[in-house]
Amino acid sequence: MSIVMPPFDEAVLKRRGEIVAALRRIVPGEGVIDSEAAMRPFESDGLTAYRQLPMVVVLPETTTQVAAVLGYCHREGIKVVPRGAGTSLSGGALPLGDGVLLGMAKFNRIRDIDYENRVAVVEPGVTNLAVSKAVEHAGFYYAPDPSSQIACTIGGNIAENSGGVHCLKYGMTTNNVLGCELVLMTGEIIRLGGKHLDSGGYDLMGIVTGSEGLLGLVTEITVRILKKPQTARAALLGFAASEDGGECVAKIIGAGIIPGGMEMMDRPAIAATEEFVHAGYPLDVEALLIVELDGPQAEVDHLLERVQEIAKSCRAVTCRLSNSEEERLLFWAGRKAAFPAVGRISPDYYCMDGTIPRAKLPLVLRRMQELSAKYGLRCANVFHAGDGNLHPLILYDANKPGELDRAEQFGADILRLCVEVGGVLTGEHGVGVEKRDLMPVMFSEEDLNQQQRLKCAFDEKSLLNPGKVFPTLHRCAELGRMHVHAGRVAFPDLPRF
Amino acid sequence: MADSFKPHDAAEVEAAIRSALADGKTLELTGAGTKRSIGRAAQWDATLDLAGLSGVTLYEPEELVLSARAGTRLAEIEALTAARHQELAFEPMDYGPLLGTASGAATIGGVIAANLSGPRRIKAGAARDHFLGVSAVSGRGETFKSGGRVVKNVTGYDLCKLLAGSWGTLAAITDVTIKVLPQAETEQTILVLDQDDIAARKVMAAAMGSYADVSAAAHVPAAPAARMAETAPIRTAVTALRLEGVAPSVAQRKSLLEALLAPFGSLASLNEVNSRAFWRGVRDVMPFAAAGPVGQHDVWRISTAPSQGATVGRTLAEKAGAEVLYDWAGGLVWAALPAADDAHAPLVRSAVAASGGHATLIRAPAAVRAAVAVFSPEPKPLAALTKRVRQSFDPQGVLNPGRMWAGI
Ligand SMILES: Cc1cc2nc3c(=O)[nH]c(=O)nc-3n(C[C@H](O)[C@H](O)[C@H](O)COP(=O)(O)OP(=O)(O)OC[C@H]3O[C@@H](n4cnc5c(N)ncnc54)[C@H](O)[C@@H]3O)c2cc1C
Repeated sequence: MSIVMPPFDEAVLKRRGEIVAALRRIVPGEGVIDSEAAMRPFESDGLTAYRQLPMVVVLPETTTQVAAVLGYCHREGIKVVPRGAGTSLSGGALPLGDGVLLGMAKFNRIRDIDYENRVAVVEPGVTNLAVSKAVEHAGFYYAPDPSSQIACTIGGNIAENSGGVHCLKYGMTTNNVLGCELVLMTGEIIRLGGKHLDSGGYDLMGIVTGSEGLLGLVTEITVRILKKPQTARAALLGFAASEDGGECVAKIIGAGIIPGGMEMMDRPAIAATEEFVHAGYPLDVEALLIVELDGPQAEVDHLLERVQEIAKSCRAVTCRLSNSEEERLLFWAGRKAAFPAVGRISPDYYCMDGTIPRAKLPLVLRRMQELSAKYGLRCANVFHAGDGNLHPLILYDANKPGELDRAEQFGADILRLCVEVGGVLTGEHGVGVEKRDLMPVMFSEEDLNQQQRLKCAFDEKSLLNPGKVFPTLHRCAELGRMHVHAGRVAFPDLPRF
Repeated sequence: MADSFKPHDAAEVEAAIRSALADGKTLELTGAGTKRSIGRAAQWDATLDLAGLSGVTLYEPEELVLSARAGTRLAEIEALTAARHQELAFEPMDYGPLLGTASGAATIGGVIAANLSGPRRIKAGAARDHFLGVSAVSGRGETFKSGGRVVKNVTGYDLCKLLAGSWGTLAAITDVTIKVLPQAETEQTILVLDQDDIAARKVMAAAMGSYADVSAAAHVPAAPAARMAETAPIRTAVTALRLEGVAPSVAQRKSLLEALLAPFGSLASLNEVNSRAFWRGVRDVMPFAAAGPVGQHDVWRISTAPSQGATVGRTLAEKAGAEVLYDWAGGLVWAALPAADDAHAPLVRSAVAASGGHATLIRAPAAVRAAVAVFSPEPKPLAALTKRVRQSFDPQGVLNPGRMWAGI
């Protein structure tokens, strides 16, 4: 836990009583929480190694209240951390001890379901699964499906640009949202997008999505809903070598097939899940692949046959095709329970989230085994194979001195490896505090400065969720300064016509 | 200072922008120049011609990824991917026919800077959704990158989204990485005949809400339909629904859709060859081509909710004699209006304001584009944010100043 958060603003902390009173005037009743016991549940998110009590928790119910809270904090120079359900795995919703934690849980209504335009307008505190549930009876669903979907909120999904097992075919959050209402740190309320496609100006919706709560508070979202595929079938494929599994993935895509989901597990993950849910996974393989095809029956049957042929050509030692909905769900049961299954074989585990070019998988798995030996910690891998998103689960015991630190170092080495082979630090969980200090592995100072300048356009005082994403906090004025080499530089080599 | 820079690599782009900064001059960014007449007609001191940055630098079909320098011709990329049965799934339109510029000449940088797409937008997204990584030079003369070469990536802000559709006002894009996808094996189009705009809206909604997995839905009223080779013999309006995929799937969905749509009116269909040609025509708005009978009309491109398209279209037709053509299941309205000094901007803007969405004046003489807002005016706090975003990339306003909005 080497991450250093911004120092507390003592002047703000001294005024805590006055600030709480002012917030109570904006959000009356139980919407402002300042007792230590009642604030305790908010002290961390899904990255539980990091904990911090906020100065005060505010749970607004209307956009007007959000705007008033932000406007007040902006005038008074008080930091604000937005929070949805607190399932972030990167510490995005980690509170600041001198800041307001703004919880959006009370924004839990679905405002409009519009089947003709195939959109739903929802408040940010609505859970991901609730959107699909609300339109299920009409045969529709909301495509991005993070494993945390029963708990995580659409607001959190926007902030993290969350994905799920179906995003190879159906896209991430950013490809499935059309508009939002956004409250800026100044308290100004703006609308981006709507029920129409694309932006008439800059695509600010595209930049807000995945901005980890640093640009504004999302208070309403318009998402696309899709007609559910008519049917889905899955293939369960086992390989004696992870190279064979990797080749199979490449060949499926090379054959022009984009499966609805394509998930891989390595031997330790297979063993842990099989022991937990008894899905009937083969235990003598190095790699297990679940390939799901969805769509019209004729298409699914046709493509599944092709997948089977490809698997055989890649020396699959297990090849089972689901022949009923129960069987399909059984194939998935192990994969879906992978995290808790690993939780059973180790006191603690640390979930990583890098993405790599698919072809690098065997190399990365081999290097991970070496790292595992180096750090003396076991590692199980689940992998969104279709899009190259790796979830290594590092097993450790927080009660053993030094193990958490070793797990974090192991994790950081894995992410460096991902970048080294042409991939990225995070595929869907976000940078947050967790990967903040690794950003320079992927980005130059200039890259990061440009991102922070954009942040300044939204939040000139850097009050919204500071200490997240960027390793170094610069003042906006300093970033905005231009260093023009005032005409002294000639450009003799430059072709001019 | 020179009138034109023609850099051949990213370092030279940086040098050109720094030189403009030092001289206090403004630059007009161009690729092949096919969309040069889109945007406000403004004056710039010099041209930064990015067509010299050319070449595909990486193509890995099995990873579904391609990287190219910004000046690479789209046609080159399309030929390369087609050889591997892949394509840019967002089906970027070619503005050549509509604007009377060269057809098939566009560069990938321009495609992205304009956030182009086509009929498949409703299913596969626009350029923004396929734009994975970028290297660019900001208006500060500084090179930065964002994104990567993998599809799933949330590391830092997604600057690709912001640059897509920024029309060269934030940075000069030098290198792009885009997602490629398999081409559909085959396609078929079902036509529902003789629907008026409002009825067509219902047809398209029914099809889009079905299991048929429609990849394009357009309504072409009788007059424009008569100008398309594939539909001219039919002599009525056509509401067209495209099915793409493997043959058994297309066949199954075709029967499903025919059963669903039979009650709406008489049906016809286009075979694979005609279907391809027809959708290319819709994509490029061929009925309103510069060389055709309404070639002198002003053309607006309006994006609204699919349920609102017909309302906007009717208003423009009744009040200003517009010809309209609907894509995106009714949500994209192409409107050709008899030429006017203000391009009927007040009428178009009020119709769009009532329905929600945005409108861009795509084709009009330069004098008109200097006099009226070409891009949708934004409400005050949003306009101020837009301006700050622009300044965060280009504080001195060197890159295409005034192209999107006056003073920005
Ligand atoms: C068991 C488990 C499985 C998971 N599986 C997946 C997975 O498959 N795919 C995946 O992508 N993620 C997954 N996650 C991560 C997590 O669920 C997602 O990141 C989710 O989107 C977070 O939503 P939340 O409501 O919990 O947000 P929080 O954790 O509360 O907040 C996340 C970020 O969003 C910001 N935020 C929240 N609400 C708003 C708002 N209204 N306006 C502005 N900013 C806001 C916060 O400041 C913070 O930065 C998993 C997590 C767990 C614990």
